[in-house]
Amino acid sequence: MSINPTFKLSLGPVLFYWTRDRYADFYRDAADWPVEIVYLGESVCSRRRDMKLDDWLGIGRELKESGKQVVLSSQTLIESEADLRDLRKLCDNGELMVEANDQSALQLLIAAGLPFVAGGALNLYNPAAISVLAQNGMQRWNAPVEMSRDDLARLLDDCHDEGLDQTCELFAYGHLPLAWSSRCFTARRYQKPKDRCQFVCQKHPEGMTLRSKESQDIFTLNGIQTLSSACQDLRHEIGDIANIGVGVVRLSPRAEGMSDVVAAFDAARRGELPLPDPLTLVEADICDGYWYGRPGMSHRQTVS
Amino acid sequence: MELVCPAGNLPALKRAVDEGADAIYFGFQNATNARQFAGLNFTDKRAREGIDYAHARGKRVFCAINTYPQPDGWDIWTRAVDQAADLGVDALIIADMGLLDYAARRHPDMARHLSVQGSATSHEALRFYHDHFGIKRAVLPRVLSITQVRDLAKQSPVELEVFAFGSLCIMAEGRCYLSSYLTGESPNTRGVCSPAGYVRWEETPEGLESRLNGVLIDRYEKGEPAGYPTLCKGRFEVGGESYHAIEEPTSLNTLELLPELKKLGINAVKIEGRQRSPAYVSKVAGIWRQALDQLEQSPGDFHIEPAWLSGLGELSEGSTTTLGAYERRWK
Repeated sequence: MSINPTFKLSLGPVLFYWTRDRYADFYRDAADWPVEIVYLGESVCSRRRDMKLDDWLGIGRELKESGKQVVLSSQTLIESEADLRDLRKLCDNGELMVEANDQSALQLLIAAGLPFVAGGALNLYNPAAISVLAQNGMQRWNAPVEMSRDDLARLLDDCHDEGLDQTCELFAYGHLPLAWSSRCFTARRYQKPKDRCQFVCQKHPEGMTLRSKESQDIFTLNGIQTLSSACQDLRHEIGDIANIGVGVVRLSPRAEGMSDVVAAFDAARRGELPLPDPLTLVEADICDGYWYGRPGMSHRQTVS
Repeated sequence: MELVCPAGNLPALKRAVDEGADAIYFGFQNATNARQFAGLNFTDKRAREGIDYAHARGKRVFCAINTYPQPDGWDIWTRAVDQAADLGVDALIIADMGLLDYAARRHPDMARHLSVQGSATSHEALRFYHDHFGIKRAVLPRVLSITQVRDLAKQSPVELEVFAFGSLCIMAEGRCYLSSYLTGESPNTRGVCSPAGYVRWEETPEGLESRLNGVLIDRYEKGEPAGYPTLCKGRFEVGGESYHAIEEPTSLNTLELLPELKKLGINAVKIEGRQRSPAYVSKVAGIWRQALDQLEQSPGDFHIEPAWLSGLGELSEGSTTTLGAYERRWK
């Protein structure tokens, strides 16, 4: 199998609310993992304040010394003036590139003439949208999570034809980020108002599973964010992913076993593919339906 | 404040005009708009007839082209923009940055409104869309509290339109992929949420079950009112508790906020529901017309008529309404 030599692995931002110690341990380990890019920061909820910008910058410096490219991810749902103040600080950090996860971040970064990564919730489905951002400092863009392999291949071809060669990044492993709300579903479960949530989401380092009344796992509740309950795993497609022109594959941090995930993807990009039966890396159901143009929750092993 | 009403077909458009809508919005019969329902929406001929009807009565018409152009369908979306421009609509409602760019270049004189699907929740985001695509107005997502709307309105570079009544999206619009996770089709890609083709109802010994692509969304005991299985409004189990884990079946109703919205300088209130019947549209439009007229005539003494509330209550999901995110404690 031929893999594009510039094909990189990235570690997405931690989407869950962990303790300071847990972040510290996680990134101390990650410094030695075979990922080239690490995204840092709180991209889900402004009330999660254990980690300040300076804390992230500190971790970022250490990761840079380990040879990683480090990017700060912005909050996806911006609601208040306080959110905007934090966003301005993030964009003005002076050291690290920012991943823009909403148009407020785009506005601040473009106005400041700064390069940026476009996050997956910016909804870049066509070359015209990509072109607008490419003309304004975008270095790399994330495909929408719901985009199929065939659509992405076509989009990348069309972008190439139009001279839009900014790197495309694909969410290849982890609980899929599917929705953001102003309501906190974790606080709702604990019957607490969001303003006095007591940070109950910190008790759930990998969110809370939402099941149907017949106990089918459907979603993962993570504060104001809703994720898939299954973990998307596209490891077995990594050759195809590289061949259609994706330049970076994103692995989204989980609370346990992330070093195994990274090692498995690293092995896969070097041509050491797993056996036809994809081994379960960590405890979780696996899905890969979006890639095949099917419902995201489906899995090729269970689809006839 | 302008009253903006939905029309899924020509009779609905005419009824909305007759009942006092200041503007009516519609979409074409394909995936270019966020209410792609079988048998709904407008052909070119019907749209022309509707626009003539509205314009003859001094009303405006907006065309929603507010899904995201897919990699294999760019021409479908640009054709819709050109078609709407040919029809002489008063504004285009668009979400996608690429399509906004196209409309701004190809039809610079045609007003562009940012769709709620464009997910602009701050004045900085509005400024982005204003500076890059010259939008005239934006429809705000239903995720902001009234305080947040106030802060945003103070610094908005564009006109603002807010949702007044109808189905309540609990997720930030334009950034919700839950529907495609279960069905493969979403608001962004296909203009649908929890599409009817994937819905199954079944009487079982445990009760009436509603499913979306096989996934059990809710199960109703005898006599319990059953609602459409919109996936975020089902009853699920989280941490050993079974409840409406995301949102109850309820409708948004902001009548009581009208004086405040007017004070903030909000330019228009929007009624959701292009999928609704002409009778629904006409009733809602009539009530909101009365409310806006009363507000105009005696802004210091606005009071909600009980008949308005009962009228809207009957038309609401689960016969209940909420202020949604406008009210901080809802969150």
